[in-house]
Amino acid sequence: MPCLRRSLRFVLPLLAVVALGGCGRAWNDPYPVDEGTANVLYSAFTNRPKHLDPVQSYAEDEATFLYQIYEPPLQYHYLKRPFELIPGAAASLPVITRYDHGGRVLPESAPNDQVSYSIYEVQIRQGVLFQPHAAFATKADGSPAYVPMPPGVLENAATMADFPLTGTRELTADDFIYQLKRLAHPHLHSPILELMGGYIPGLKRLHETLVDAARKLPEGAWLDLDPFALDGVERVDRYTYRIRIEGAYPQLLYWMTMQFFAPVAREVDRFFSQPGMAEKNLTLDWWPVGTGPYMLVENDPNARMVLARNPNYRGETYPCEGAPEDAAEGLLADCGARIPFIDRAVFTREKESIPYWTKFLQGYYDASGVSSDNFDQAVQMSSSGEVGLSDEMRDKGIELVTSVAPTVMYMGFNMRDPVVGGDSERARKLRLALSIAIDQEEFISVFLNGRGTSAMHPVPPGIFGNEAGEAGINPEVYTWQDGQAVRKPVAVARQLLAEAGYPGGRDAQSGEPLVMHLDTTSSGLGEKAYVDWLTKQLRKIDLQLVVRATDWNRLQDKLRKGNAQLFYMGWNADYPDPENFYFLLYGPQGRVKSQGENAANYENAEFDRLFEQMKAMRNGPERLAIIRRMNRIVQHDAPWIWGLHQKAYVLQHGWLKNRKPGKIIRNTLKYQRVDAAARARLRTEWNQPVVWPLALIGGVLLLTVWPAVRRYRQHERQTIRVAAAGEG
Amino acid sequence: MFAYLVRRLAYALPILIGVNLITFALFFVVNTPDDMARMQLGVKRVTPEAIERWKAERGYDKPLFVNSAAAGAQQLTDTIFFDKSIRMFAFDFGRADDGRDIAREIATRMGPSLAIALPTFILGLFVTVSFGLMLVFFRATAIDFWGVVLCVAMMSISSLFYIIGGQWLVSKVWHLVPISGYGGGLDAPRFLILPVLLGIIGGIGSSTRWYRTIFLEEISRDYVRTARAKGVSELVVLFRHVLKNAMIPILTGVVVVIPLLFMGSLIIESFFGIPGLGSYTIDAIQSQDFAVVRAMVFIGSVLYIVGLILTDLSYTLVDPRVRFE
Repeated sequence: MPCLRRSLRFVLPLLAVVALGGCGRAWNDPYPVDEGTANVLYSAFTNRPKHLDPVQSYAEDEATFLYQIYEPPLQYHYLKRPFELIPGAAASLPVITRYDHGGRVLPESAPNDQVSYSIYEVQIRQGVLFQPHAAFATKADGSPAYVPMPPGVLENAATMADFPLTGTRELTADDFIYQLKRLAHPHLHSPILELMGGYIPGLKRLHETLVDAARKLPEGAWLDLDPFALDGVERVDRYTYRIRIEGAYPQLLYWMTMQFFAPVAREVDRFFSQPGMAEKNLTLDWWPVGTGPYMLVENDPNARMVLARNPNYRGETYPCEGAPEDAAEGLLADCGARIPFIDRAVFTREKESIPYWTKFLQGYYDASGVSSDNFDQAVQMSSSGEVGLSDEMRDKGIELVTSVAPTVMYMGFNMRDPVVGGDSERARKLRLALSIAIDQEEFISVFLNGRGTSAMHPVPPGIFGNEAGEAGINPEVYTWQDGQAVRKPVAVARQLLAEAGYPGGRDAQSGEPLVMHLDTTSSGLGEKAYVDWLTKQLRKIDLQLVVRATDWNRLQDKLRKGNAQLFYMGWNADYPDPENFYFLLYGPQGRVKSQGENAANYENAEFDRLFEQMKAMRNGPERLAIIRRMNRIVQHDAPWIWGLHQKAYVLQHGWLKNRKPGKIIRNTLKYQRVDAAARARLRTEWNQPVVWPLALIGGVLLLTVWPAVRRYRQHERQTIRVAAAGEG
Repeated sequence: MFAYLVRRLAYALPILIGVNLITFALFFVVNTPDDMARMQLGVKRVTPEAIERWKAERGYDKPLFVNSAAAGAQQLTDTIFFDKSIRMFAFDFGRADDGRDIAREIATRMGPSLAIALPTFILGLFVTVSFGLMLVFFRATAIDFWGVVLCVAMMSISSLFYIIGGQWLVSKVWHLVPISGYGGGLDAPRFLILPVLLGIIGGIGSSTRWYRTIFLEEISRDYVRTARAKGVSELVVLFRHVLKNAMIPILTGVVVVIPLLFMGSLIIESFFGIPGLGSYTIDAIQSQDFAVVRAMVFIGSVLYIVGLILTDLSYTLVDPRVRFE
């Protein structure tokens, strides 16, 4: 008994700590106790963000944070489809004026080839304030409180919260201009410098000037961009600036919805450039400062990132118009309400899918994707092929939201390859034979659980240029039967193969079997099944497949040198315009020739001419007609096996409101709303601790230990006489 | 002892240089500076100019080992290897490729790693040593037999099974603790109980069998029989006499691990979302961040060497016959 008492003395306090920790809530609740019914959105992220600087960041994971913090001049309407541009930090949509080579203003109807340059005049909203930040803090005399850094402050600072003084100031046109100059900063490596350098006059020159200027500065010193001029950008007044563009480039408006064009204050850049800041991870790359609805208050990319409502946010109202189905889905219920709704958003890092999925089911994440592992648990298909939620999900009030993502996944042919490449009829027929033989519909069904739709050309559904019905199919690979696209039979592929000079999968001249080489970056068990499937597809037309597993960098290297034959690639749209897909096949973008995004190195003069014509046009019948011609060209030439457009499946709890899929729209947090009381109630209901197994385990342990204790006691009490008698 | 320590530390230097050289060679056999740049600059719209700028900024535009364009000693010093290695020996790890200060990251992440590793190590040691002694006490009985069977079964099961099974049962089915995450202060035990428990359970099989073997050798020695003859209780015989005399092999296996506790656990930290050094290393490998990989391997080597020295020193504490002369 004393032994038991001693044990209890240790065990009881431990249990007390656990119980107190979980007082008034579920024991497995991973969040602090005071957040129970708080107006907080809970989400997760898998990969730690690499960059949060708006000129550097170009990844979807980072956009989750950045687009809530920075407010670019324009944004997309949250509900309307097709996507519609509306003002963000700008007061109105930019006024675009086009000029001819003589500097005369052109009418709107003037053809693009007459345009010498365009001026985008942007008027920004007045009275917009930056989030509270130490960079704006001032002393009584109006000078910056932390520039230069007072002694002792930085030594005690670990995060931005450790700077007690904060301030703000009004957003001006200079902040947008400063950011545009930052695109040319030699140390920031903006991914769009080359692209924008081709359109904004003086940007590349500014970059070269800044490279020289940075070289003359001591290491780590601040490079003030104010003294350097950017020819293509002009400050008109405190609230207006102009961007000059070479020729016509209407896609600039889409770029103006992205963080590359969001305002950055010079004071912030100056503040973070002080000596000793980078060593403490206090940089603009890690502590973004914007005018958006949220601000980053906790930045631990290894564990969690927390956004909190920006008290200085200018304020917006929830949209009252949307797509026809939005009203029925309750997406217009908050019409006219002030946004943002949510006070804080907590993003927890989950590197493994099992804890992520479990926490979602327990109610600790408000939404989740559906991985292949969890697909059968979450989703069920009806006999008619319709997608629905499983009973378990429905019982929990979980909703399924599906949408076709603005992406294209394709298998590219290297058009410089001696076998599959080139514009010979022989190679074209071989490419078409492969396009027919590889059954994308089967792939989508087997490997993606139906989460995809076959691609007919580069443009995904929802983007102008993608047509439904018979007009939208690829006639080289499909036929239209009974109201749907049906893949041509394998016999057609065999016939094409024979016409290409490979009857029965052998070279008609040499008799050698034709072997295709695929470079792929994936590995693992799933990949083995996929490779087997792909081998089977080629075997249908008696071709052999050699898979060369490689990593991403090796693949890129092969593509740059033109050494790959077949390869997998994908593209996520930057903006909802067909130009952002067709440029992947534009000749001057050839990977080998110019290190561009045309990984297949496809070149067709007619296609290139049409692309140049199409890219600057407004959406309309004329543009659609050109896109149709472009589609026919690439479908005929078949530089890609057209692959698929992925369908995004998102699960969300019933307490999460106003979520509408639309991958291109990234500033979605401000529209979302949570019913925190319902969430707290359901969390408690779903996560009642089951304690009887503890008692059972304790009992089993006691039963196991008891014979040992008994045996030990017997041993200790044993005397020689008894032992001898026992043995005798 | 001082001379011994100096000698051991002097031996450590070539070992560290060798480890650094091997890490460097292995890393750059698999990755080129271009690969590293591309990994950091992203997959969209990366131009050759941007790659060249990134490399030049971080000193990856130099030759790896020999700079034939340079003259004299600079042929060796004006290289990536020399440039990246020399500062590390002064424990200046520099910045990760994403710009974050490595020393600061290590300092921040050491706490969570230790919060898991230390209790797992101490409690695990207590449990396995006690279990080993118990099996020795009941040697040649059914308890010993089934205990060994249990140990063999436990060591045959992958640690991943314990982790996934434990998360499923304890967190998902019984709702007793959070399935993953990390918190400080009073909140910490709720997150630590399960990974620590699973860490201990995962180590019971192999460690207990190892200790049982050691203790079995000791239990038949004369001094044990003498102790019993003096009327000492079996508990005292086991914990005071047998355990003490079995300390040399135990310390050989245990002390060397102590410094490495700082490095954290690769798998447990990943599955439980613990922001420790194990998770940091995995991230660095995945993102081909040479600066971090090199720093972590270097620190691991230093700690291992420290562990070996501590092991040698600990022998003098448990065995007075050992002298450093």
